[in-house]
Amino acid sequence: MAIRVITEKCVGCKLCIPTCAQGAITYVDKKAVIDVIKCNYCGACIDACKKFKAILIEIDRKVSDQDLSLYKGVWVYAEQRNGEIASVVYELLNEGRKLAEQLGEELSAVLLGDGVTCQAEDLIQHGADNVYVVDNPKLKDFQDDSYAMAMAELCEEYKPNIVLTGATAIGRSFIPKVAVMLETGLTADCTQLGIDDYTKLLLQTRPAFGGNLMATITCTNFRPQMSTVRHKVFKKAAKDVSRKGKIFTKVFADDLLKSRTKLIEFVKEMESTVNLSEADIIVSGGRGLGEAKNFALVRELAELINGAVGASRAAVDAGWIPYSHQVGQTGKTVCPKLYIACGISGSIQHMAGMQSSETIIAINKDPNAPIFEIATYGIVGDLFEVIPAMISAIKNR
Amino acid sequence: MNIVVSIKQVPGTTKVAINPATNTLIRAGVEAIINPFDMYAIEEAIRLREKFGGKVTCITMGPPQAEEALKSAIAMGADDGILISDRAFAGSDTLATSYTLAMGIKKLGQFDVILTGKQAMDGDTAQVGPGIAQWLNIPFIAWVKKIEDVKKDAKTIRVERMMDDGYEVLEGPLPILLSVVKEINEPRTESLRGKMKAKNFKATVFSAKDIEADPDFIGLRGSPTIVNRVFVPVRSGKKELVEGATVEEKVGKVVASLRESKLVN
Ligand SMILES: Cc1cc2nc3c(=O)[nH]c(=O)nc-3n(C[C@H](O)[C@H](O)[C@H](O)COP(=O)(O)OP(=O)(O)OC[C@H]3O[C@@H](n4cnc5c(N)ncnc54)[C@H](O)[C@@H]3O)c2cc1C
Ligand SMILES: Cc1cc2nc3c(=O)[nH]c(=O)nc-3n(C[C@H](O)[C@H](O)[C@H](O)COP(=O)(O)OP(=O)(O)OC[C@H]3O[C@@H](n4cnc5c(N)ncnc54)[C@H](O)[C@@H]3O)c2cc1C
Ligand code: SF4
Ligand code: SF4
Repeated sequence: MAIRVITEKCVGCKLCIPTCAQGAITYVDKKAVIDVIKCNYCGACIDACKKFKAILIEIDRKVSDQDLSLYKGVWVYAEQRNGEIASVVYELLNEGRKLAEQLGEELSAVLLGDGVTCQAEDLIQHGADNVYVVDNPKLKDFQDDSYAMAMAELCEEYKPNIVLTGATAIGRSFIPKVAVMLETGLTADCTQLGIDDYTKLLLQTRPAFGGNLMATITCTNFRPQMSTVRHKVFKKAAKDVSRKGKIFTKVFADDLLKSRTKLIEFVKEMESTVNLSEADIIVSGGRGLGEAKNFALVRELAELINGAVGASRAAVDAGWIPYSHQVGQTGKTVCPKLYIACGISGSIQHMAGMQSSETIIAINKDPNAPIFEIATYGIVGDLFEVIPAMISAIKNR
Repeated sequence: MNIVVSIKQVPGTTKVAINPATNTLIRAGVEAIINPFDMYAIEEAIRLREKFGGKVTCITMGPPQAEEALKSAIAMGADDGILISDRAFAGSDTLATSYTLAMGIKKLGQFDVILTGKQAMDGDTAQVGPGIAQWLNIPFIAWVKKIEDVKKDAKTIRVERMMDDGYEVLEGPLPILLSVVKEINEPRTESLRGKMKAKNFKATVFSAKDIEADPDFIGLRGSPTIVNRVFVPVRSGKKELVEGATVEEKVGKVVASLRESKLVN
């Protein structure tokens, strides 16, 4: 591996400098200089210098011994728990449909579980051309071993071009193992997908550095191209009951679906009945609430508008509300239609978890609070006046 | 009990500042720290050792400076630290990183529990933990918020895995790899004795050759994902403060537009 700037060709336009996430390029004597210690050979700067071709990189990447042309079709992992399909699956079917059409390939769903075959029609009605089903009592509970094995086996056999999985607690747990089994690349937590017109590669865009940086990643030489995709960034597929598709039932030997870990029990632990990462409306409280009992105000508003209750880390650390309600970099990433932040300043870490919400209302007494920079509606005022006013305005219509 | 903790050194902030004049990323002057999630893994490892005896070994893949992360871990109470470092590892994605760490851990020999953080603060993928488990072919449990019990003789462990709507109690055999979330504990601070020990500590360094890594699986060569473009997302920077003389007036305006977009009825 080697990288260098051809000084004769470099015109000093600095275009390459901001593209380097490693901060490896500096500007010395009107030319770009690359620090090879910092460089991780991502190639982003080459792209920026297409016009002058002043950066030369020699990378010996492993070439796959796969015949890439054999890999066809877009797959969506149809995550389910207790027979209920996760809502992110419908979003993936919608986005997957678009990708499949751009490629002129089919869209398929993969359904793993026990007694789940009845769900296959629903997936077809939401856009799948094919559904691969593994219905086995061994798959009753989600376990990394058995689910990863079933998924990897299906991929080996049917050779999909693209595999999309929801970036949920389950998806982010077992899909990385599948990627290792298949020795292919996996892009985490994507918020944007597309197909490159020329190369037909899947362009996977994702936030990193707590949402402060975006990266577009491809898996150029290996198949399948795999991504986990963030919940609630794509619209759900519409249902069309007249749609037809094929269902393939795969039978695997019990031995293959063994799991070394086993489930003892599941303990439901949500304060309200709404799951935070699934919620369409979230009302969150921060340190501005002052004390634990004032969360009642946030709860009242949330209940009134069918929302879930969220919190900043400051509120969680103060012991006002359990950690499962924390939104942000070290808590949940949410993307509801409406997010109401009450007494939350808008730290980078908090905003990393909610900034892609469709509509954001911020209630804060400090007009300079950073949260106002991302708010759709900023209400400067005391939350103890604003929230009750809001409750009564919603009640009195 | 032999406990291995995989720790990553990361920049102390995820804030990527932009120099508006040159439109460049400013990353200089940011101190490197142990990935905050890995602090919980180190703490949990020390607690396991306090309860069951044994040894805590921290392992990190990174440039020579990453030895500092190992020193901090020693100061907290870890027994030993291994630095996996080689130019050949540069540009690793999560497939190559997890392979390299797995090979390093293999070289260490016997282990009962491997702990990792939930995810790293910079790369943010949460893929390295399950990856290591797969390369080593040992069971993996993600998002562990509590280790309920370890049966040393039966070689089993019982943990709580955090899910989106609650938690699951799971049981599995040792050796096992667990990725831990922040709820699991409160990391201790460095002790005076630990700091003394850290001062004289020199990490054992493993090169690509030492861990007998297959050149096809490490560094850029072994990384299927390619970062094509990196950019800073544009924030509108607008500030839409709702105007109004009274709280009721402001709130009234907002509620009216929420009704209009059918967000409330
Ligand atoms: C590694 C790391 C990870 C982190 N992860 C997260 C995370 O996942 N999620 C998270 O939220 N934080 C996280 N944090 C913490 C974060 O940096 C902030 O400390 C935290 O978000 C602040 O919470 P807050 O906004 O509630 O409190 P503050 O910043 O104290 O803000 C309180 C706000 O309330 C306003 N206020 C006070 N009284 C009133 C009133 N009566 N009416 C109206 N407004 C009022 C104040 O003006 C102020 O703006 C993390 C930090 C670190 C270092
Ligand atoms: C902007 C950007 C985006 C990226 N996106 C992807 C992507 O989508 N897919 C991909 O495969 N790679 C990606 N990478 C590369 C990836 O960040 C690196 O492979 C990195 O070495 C490990 O990934 P992570 O930081 O996400 O760690 P995580 O998988 O989030 O880390 C989980 C845990 O694994 C352990 N761990 C992680 N790294 C190390 C280490 N070096 N030494 C010891 N323990 C460690 C720690 O316990 C940590 O808590 C990206 C890199 C950048 C800069
Ligand atoms: S983009 Fe190319 S020409 Fe412009 S400064 Fe960088 S290396 Fe030089
Ligand atoms: S290859 Fe990537 S890391 Fe290296 S200098 Fe170019 S942009 Fe920076």
